[in-house]
Amino acid sequence: MNAQMSGPPDTTKLNWMTTRLDAALGWARKFSIFQYPFVTACCGMEYMATATSHYDMDRFGAGFPRFSPRQADVLFVVGTISHKMAPVLRRVYDQMTEPKWVVAFGVCTCTGGFYDNYATVMGIDTIMPVDIYIPGCPPRPENVLDGLIKLQEKIATEPGTTPKAWSATGVPEDAVRRPGRPPTEMPTGPSARPPELHAPHRPESHL
Amino acid sequence: MLQTLVERFPQFLLKTSAYRGQDTAVIKREGLLEMAGRLRDDPGLQCDLLMDLTAVDYLKYGRSLGSAPTRSTPSPLPYYMKPKPTTEIWERAVSNETYRFDVVYHLFSSVYHHRIRLHVPVTAADPVVDSLTSLWAGANWFEREVWDLFGIRFTGHPNLRRILMYDEFQGHPLRKDYPVNKRQPLIGPTT
Ligand code: SF4
Repeated sequence: MNAQMSGPPDTTKLNWMTTRLDAALGWARKFSIFQYPFVTACCGMEYMATATSHYDMDRFGAGFPRFSPRQADVLFVVGTISHKMAPVLRRVYDQMTEPKWVVAFGVCTCTGGFYDNYATVMGIDTIMPVDIYIPGCPPRPENVLDGLIKLQEKIATEPGTTPKAWSATGVPEDAVRRPGRPPTEMPTGPSARPPELHAPHRPESHL
Repeated sequence: MLQTLVERFPQFLLKTSAYRGQDTAVIKREGLLEMAGRLRDDPGLQCDLLMDLTAVDYLKYGRSLGSAPTRSTPSPLPYYMKPKPTTEIWERAVSNETYRFDVVYHLFSSVYHHRIRLHVPVTAADPVVDSLTSLWAGANWFEREVWDLFGIRFTGHPNLRRILMYDEFQGHPLRKDYPVNKRQPLIGPTT
């Protein structure tokens, strides 16, 4: 070791650094994950366990859930998604501002899990692009943190789901990650249901 | 409890049974509304709480190995999954060929703390029973659920719409002839 490396660095000579703008942005973003937890089922308990001080999601800057999609960067889809809920989830995703990322939390959101019935969406990547899959039923908090770290790496290096997601053909490149799944036509826009399927809204008619 | 029922409603009863304190009465469809009203209002019965209202589809019951086993058809299941042997064979209001659903009511008396279960068998061709919303307002959503999932209609119901499935859904998913994994997505691929 030479003498220059011993002792504290001369701070007067370290007051500048060089970087790329997107690298700096990605570095900043990965520690300020404002998440939107879309919690529908049992995985929510494990999500809450992960959010407690014992596992301390705040280490990753992800300790502050926003319950408005317009203020969120990352959509955590936590729990079984039914076909009735799918348009709602899609709408939440559409409302998020860019750049945005999506985490599929638990096997129900990854693949549909053990549900194979009339009600369940067979993986949310059939209705929207997904960045990180966290398997497990439910995933252990360590697994979630692992996914979170992978998400941070992805945030630091990639622009998220949005820019390449909706190409002119309407077929998102990101949406099909699982082998064997054919590319699917994605509905676009906030109201993706075809007009002939729109049911009239009768707010007072539940009784 | 069952004694009282047998004395008062002999014209409506098809079968009664008791299993470990659970009294069950299979009744005719025509007698449902009157019988439920008397069960609720009679000072000696006072079954004032409608605990549950559901339905059962017996389409394949006992008719294939994949369906629930009976005592006469040996079960393909391991012993710990076998249902307990039943002590009686119920008689139905309709022949087995046309008989299909049971609408099941559970009543409870908060005064006397007794319970009664009513079965109303209906056919596949005419799955209609009277609505109990005039007696218990809480029957409203139960009956909507049964309509939604089994397609049994309730005459006199004020608003018989789907309650769990979306309005665009075709068919009734808990019927045994609904394909088990047939999906009708609102968005996304259809398979
Ligand atoms: S993956 Fe398992 S724990 Fe998570 S929502 Fe689905 S069934 Fe529940």
